[in-house]
Formats: sequence, structure tokens, C-alpha cells
Amino acid sequence: MLTRRIIPCFDVDKGRVVKGVSFVELRDAGDPVELARAYDREGADELVFLDITASSDDRETVYDMVAATADQVFIPFTVGGGIRSTADMKRMLELGADKVSINTAAVDRPDLVNEGAYRFGSQCIVVAIDARAVQGADDRWEVYVHGGRTPTGMDAVEWAREVVERGAGELLVTSMDADGHQAGYDIPMLRAISDAVSVPVIASGGAGNAEHMVEALDAGGADAVLAASIFHFGTCSIGEVKQQLADAGLPVRPVTESSY
Amino acid sequence: MTLPVVVIDYGAGNLRSVERALAHSGADVRITSDAASIEQAPAVVLPGVGAAADTMENLRERSLVEPIRDYIASGRPFLGVCMGLQALLEWSEEGGRQECLGIVPGHVAHFRASHLKVPHMGWNTVTWLRDHPLTVGIPQDSYFYFVHSFHPVLDDPAWALGETTYGVTFPSVVARENVVATQFHPEKSGTHGLQLYRNFVAWAAEEARAVPTADHAS
Repeated sequence: MLTRRIIPCFDVDKGRVVKGVSFVELRDAGDPVELARAYDREGADELVFLDITASSDDRETVYDMVAATADQVFIPFTVGGGIRSTADMKRMLELGADKVSINTAAVDRPDLVNEGAYRFGSQCIVVAIDARAVQGADDRWEVYVHGGRTPTGMDAVEWAREVVERGAGELLVTSMDADGHQAGYDIPMLRAISDAVSVPVIASGGAGNAEHMVEALDAGGADAVLAASIFHFGTCSIGEVKQQLADAGLPVRPVTESSY
Repeated sequence: MTLPVVVIDYGAGNLRSVERALAHSGADVRITSDAASIEQAPAVVLPGVGAAADTMENLRERSLVEPIRDYIASGRPFLGVCMGLQALLEWSEEGGRQECLGIVPGHVAHFRASHLKVPHMGWNTVTWLRDHPLTVGIPQDSYFYFVHSFHPVLDDPAWALGETTYGVTFPSVVARENVVATQFHPEKSGTHGLQLYRNFVAWAAEEARAVPTADHAS
């Protein structure tokens, strides 16, 4: 049976993981490769790296990181942040990333989704959608870009439908309202988007505990849950989350001993 | 000695991941699109991801269709991965009707059930239907990573080595004589995936000892 996926997310700046990760017995908690290996051992089903490097002069660092991760980690990983062209996508995929995630670049030029899907296949094109609830409406959400700072006036559910039609193979849906509060994912938004599209949806923003993840996967209809802080700060381990999901009747991949 | 394993380069997106996993599994990996290298190889891997039409188009453009058929006919070990499995069937529904290599009797069909999310993306179980050198040390119903929108439909069920259920039950591993192929990505399936590559390399080494090729006699 296809399992629901648990996906730790790392913010990476100049090739280093930021947002103080306090994770078990790591010599260097800022080393993306070491962290990726640790989460792989813990049973992570996939990994997402979000590159927040501001200066294009420092962009080479992320390429080195992707290559080093691909050399040592044998589970799928996605890279997002700063990808603006099919040339950027090609480079990431050739270095070993399995998927690329685009957000602002897709809003700026929606054809980028078509071009990426045509050249590399839908399976490696993830569109990230950051959205906030529209004030006074309980069933509408507006797309934001530039890290959630800039409103676009676009409806998130409509945008989700459009990018899937254009060839996105997966959506990474972040609630900017819920993000950082650890009070749970935006379930109505997840449900609305998941019901509107035929591709897998990754829930993001708001995870504070395993119960929140159960809600996102169950009531929210998500196929995968992404989280950063609760894993990085040790609030709960991936194994604990998987146990709670299994107790709630959701299919999960059991944590197996990694031998590499 | 380390067994040379040729990975066919025709522009497939997962080429490097397959290379890394094979190298990690003890193979001496040679990436090539050269027909002569394929002809002489003691073991060949056909990677692949994306669309059937592109895959066949790329193989034809590089004049690799006949070398692959000839290699398989030679009886030496061959591993297809994902699109490298689908290419072995007779034809694919993808993009109309796409003619494929015709090594495995059957075709490739789209996931039809409307309630399913497509692509079938993520970790799913594989149930082994019989013993095979490829399955050594991999428990029944182990999880592997899948990403695909189409699945094989076999005319001859004897080809099926493993099966997986997503709306329908489909053959996720096929094997007969010297040919093996997986619908999932062993290079992205953690411990069990690497074990599968190790098994392929060990099996190919065993075969190479039994029937030395001109290139590989030692």
C-alpha cells in the first residue's frame, strides 16, 4: 500500500543549514549532508532543501551541497529556492536532485511549469504555493510570493488547478498564516486544494506535533507532510510521528535499519 | 575484481543517481552511449524517468535500439529501471500508441481509477512472487520508491517477479532468463534499493564467471 510521506525540510544559506538545528549526536548540525543522512536513518521518506542564499555570487554553494547529498543519501530529495529557468532545473537535476520546487518564478512566468514538465517530466516539477486566508472569507486563500511577503491577488485553489494543468507533478502547499506557529496546518485550505487537483499534495506550515500531521493527512487530504522545527528541535522524532500515524490508521513506511 | 557495469546514457534524468547507487554497490560503472561498449559489456543497466515517447525517441536518435536488443539476445545480465522497464514492453499507451522494444510480451497502461492521485508517487510495497538472485536479503513486502503514471500489463504472467498494488495490482519487477527490471527506483529506495543493486552486481559477476566474454575473460 502506498504510504503517506514524512518530509523534513531544511533552510540552507550558502550551503549551510540555518535555523539552529539541535539534532541527535551530530558533529556538525549545519552540514546538510550529515543532517540528510541522520534523517534518512531516522526514517524520513524524502527531504526538501530550501535554498535561501540571497546573493547570486554564493549560488555555487548550493550546487556543491546537492552533489554531496546525492553521493551519500539514497532517498529522494527536492531542491527549491532561486530556480528561475529550465537551465537552473537541469543543473539541479543533473547534480542529483530528484525534483525541483518553484514558487515565485512560476507566478512570474507560468510557462516555466510547462517547459520544465516537458523537458524533465512532471514527476520532478514541484510547484510551491504560499497562501494566506482572505479576510472575511472562510473558503478563499490568496497566493503570496517572495517568501510570503508579496500578495498576488491570485486565488490559491485556482492557481493550484492551473499549475497542475501546466504539468506540475506535485504541490507543496504552505499556509503563511499557520507557518511558524506550531498550532497545526491550515486544514480547510489543504482540503480545498487536495480536492481540486489530481496530483499529490505536500502539507506545510504549522506542524507542532504528530497529531497535527494526522489531521493534515486525514481531514486535510494531504499525501505528505513537511515540517522543519519540530524535527530539528527534537520535539518529536520521525519514528514517533510514524508510530502515531500508524496508530491513527494511516499507512506509513516502517523505519528500517539503514546499512549504508 | 570489480565487475564493469555499463549504464546506457541516452539523456535519462536519473542517470547519475543510478551511477552513484551502482558504484556504492561495488560496481565499476561505465556510462556510455556507444554501441560497441554495450555489445562487449558483461552487465548493462538501462535507467529512465519521464515519458515513453521521449525515451524511445532518444534511444532511436542515438541508434541504441538494435544494440540493446542484440545485447539482451546475447544472454548477459540486463537491468531496466522505471522507464527502463516500460521500454522493454511491446508498446505503451503513453502519448497515443508508442512502440517500444518488444522484449517483454505486453504493454504499458495508464492508471485509470479516477480516485487515484497520479503519478503514483512515494513508497509502496513489493511482494515477491518467487525466488530470484535479485531478491536475496530483501524481505517480502519491503518498501521501494515509485514515481510513475503508467504501469506494465503482462501478456505472460511468468515474467512477473514482484507485484505492487495502487488501485490495481501490477507487476513492479519483471525477470526472465538474463533480463530483470523494476518499475520503482532502487537508487532512491534506501537500504533495500542498494541491496537490489548489490544483488544485480553479484548475479552479473556470477554469470560473467560462468560465461566469460571476450572483454571480460580473466
